[in-house]
Amino acid sequence: MAHLALKNVSKSFGGLLAVDSLDLELPAGKILSLIGPNGAGKTTVFNMITGVYPPTRGKIIYDGKTLNRLKSSRIVARGIARTFQNIRLFKSMTVLENVEVGMHCRTKSGAVRALLRTPFTLREERAIENKALEILEFFSLRRYSNEYASNLPYGDQRRLEIARAMAAEPRLLLLDEPAAGMNPSETAELMQLILKLRDTGITILLVEHDMKLVMGISEIVSVLDHGQKIAEGLPAEIQKNEKVIEAYLGSGRKKKK
Amino acid sequence: MTSTGFILQQLVNALFLGSIYALIALGYTMVYGIIELINFAHGELFTAGAFIGLIVLSALQSVGWVDSHFILTMVIVFAMAMAYVAVLGVALEHVAYRPLRDASRLAAILSALGMSIFLSNGMMLSQGVSDRAYPSIFGAEGITVMGAKITNGQIFIILLAVALMVALQLFVHRTRLGKAMRATAQNRTMSRMLGINIDQTIRITFIIGPALGAAAGVMVGLYYGAVRFDMGFIFMIKAFAAAILGGIGSIPGAMIGGLIIGGVEVLWAAFLPSAWKDVTTFTLLILVLYFKPSGLWGQGDVEVRV
Repeated sequence: MAHLALKNVSKSFGGLLAVDSLDLELPAGKILSLIGPNGAGKTTVFNMITGVYPPTRGKIIYDGKTLNRLKSSRIVARGIARTFQNIRLFKSMTVLENVEVGMHCRTKSGAVRALLRTPFTLREERAIENKALEILEFFSLRRYSNEYASNLPYGDQRRLEIARAMAAEPRLLLLDEPAAGMNPSETAELMQLILKLRDTGITILLVEHDMKLVMGISEIVSVLDHGQKIAEGLPAEIQKNEKVIEAYLGSGRKKKK
Repeated sequence: MTSTGFILQQLVNALFLGSIYALIALGYTMVYGIIELINFAHGELFTAGAFIGLIVLSALQSVGWVDSHFILTMVIVFAMAMAYVAVLGVALEHVAYRPLRDASRLAAILSALGMSIFLSNGMMLSQGVSDRAYPSIFGAEGITVMGAKITNGQIFIILLAVALMVALQLFVHRTRLGKAMRATAQNRTMSRMLGINIDQTIRITFIIGPALGAAAGVMVGLYYGAVRFDMGFIFMIKAFAAAILGGIGSIPGAMIGGLIIGGVEVLWAAFLPSAWKDVTTFTLLILVLYFKPSGLWGQGDVEVRV
């Protein structure tokens, strides 16, 4: 059974149909890339999955249960985490604190316990810190633990975003243009990192414009154009698909790098 | 005439007044940090704290607890005032601000002003228009350091204020909820994506800020010996100035801003024509804002730091 399935999902903003009757299935533990020209509706799909807004029509099913109308904070607790196209780190918090905040939905000390400094709270806070350090280790960011996030080099900030998303212990990770603004060597590192994450058993949904990255790591590629799925298949098939080539180049629309 | 003792005395006074301003300023800055709203009813919450303290303290004094269980009495007075005002703060947020969270900024500000007038009039009706005397429990005893007389009351209040601020810093930096709060202040959408319950975070802010203001209210009552329904106004103006001076949204900024405003006010009044003390205080504020519009600790950009 699919880990995540979109069934006949549509989203309109006023008169604009951003996503049109989309069907999408993500097999568990695979990397699926969603590509398409700018404005094709990729980010809208992400926003619907993560509960930023509900679909106008259709169903989003995760682990056999529908996600429609769940709040974002509930969805992440169910096991779906994401990153954004533009970096959204907590700039005036340290790298470690960014990851710790990412673990919020997996921990539970409340206000009363925090005030009373109960043994439970103290133990939990120590566990949070250790776990966060482990995650930073995995992402080779541990040496920056106590730096402010805004002081990190660009590529590391991108990696920290993924680290923070992973802190929520997701089983499905949505990456929205993780390679945007990266140089080729940073992109190559990112590629290895995404594969490493997939190998830990999580499912990955990737939106990306860097075709080298997409074709290099995806197991399935789905192509959106004007909110509709125009093609789906293995990377090699997609590269040869007439419709896809036309969507990108055909009607004079510009292809982004 | 300006002996060491006199100067030291004034410094203690400055520290006292500065701590009071700082405690109130924290309420402004934290609420602003989380929901970008100036809670104009904060001065009234401070006054409400002073009144609850008065009521509880009077009751305990009448049964003789002030003499027999001094520490316990203080704990109960402060705890009751802070708890009551925290509930008031949460109710205020629920009734006056939450429904307007997605409305224009102006609507929320008007709602805040409305709540300020409402609470102020409520206290006028229930507590009267004249000064109400606080039981004087500290007396004049104290210690004399280099010619400066520091009363037990001053020592107690300054220590408590410092303890509250240290506790707040620890809460915000060391605990899970504190971190969630700072994250929410920096980016609400992202925080929600990470599973932080924004409503809960806002509620906690409206517990902590008003509770600190209530503590300041009780301190003012204990120290000056009287409270009145409209005493929140002048403290509100000064504390607001302190929050702006320190950089609205910044917790350390509010603390330092409070100490600066309190310090300038007391020291100016001690050595120079005291009628000009407020003029000086606000001139200082204008100068700081002229050269650093975001305040001393404020972030230069739109992002707010707690």
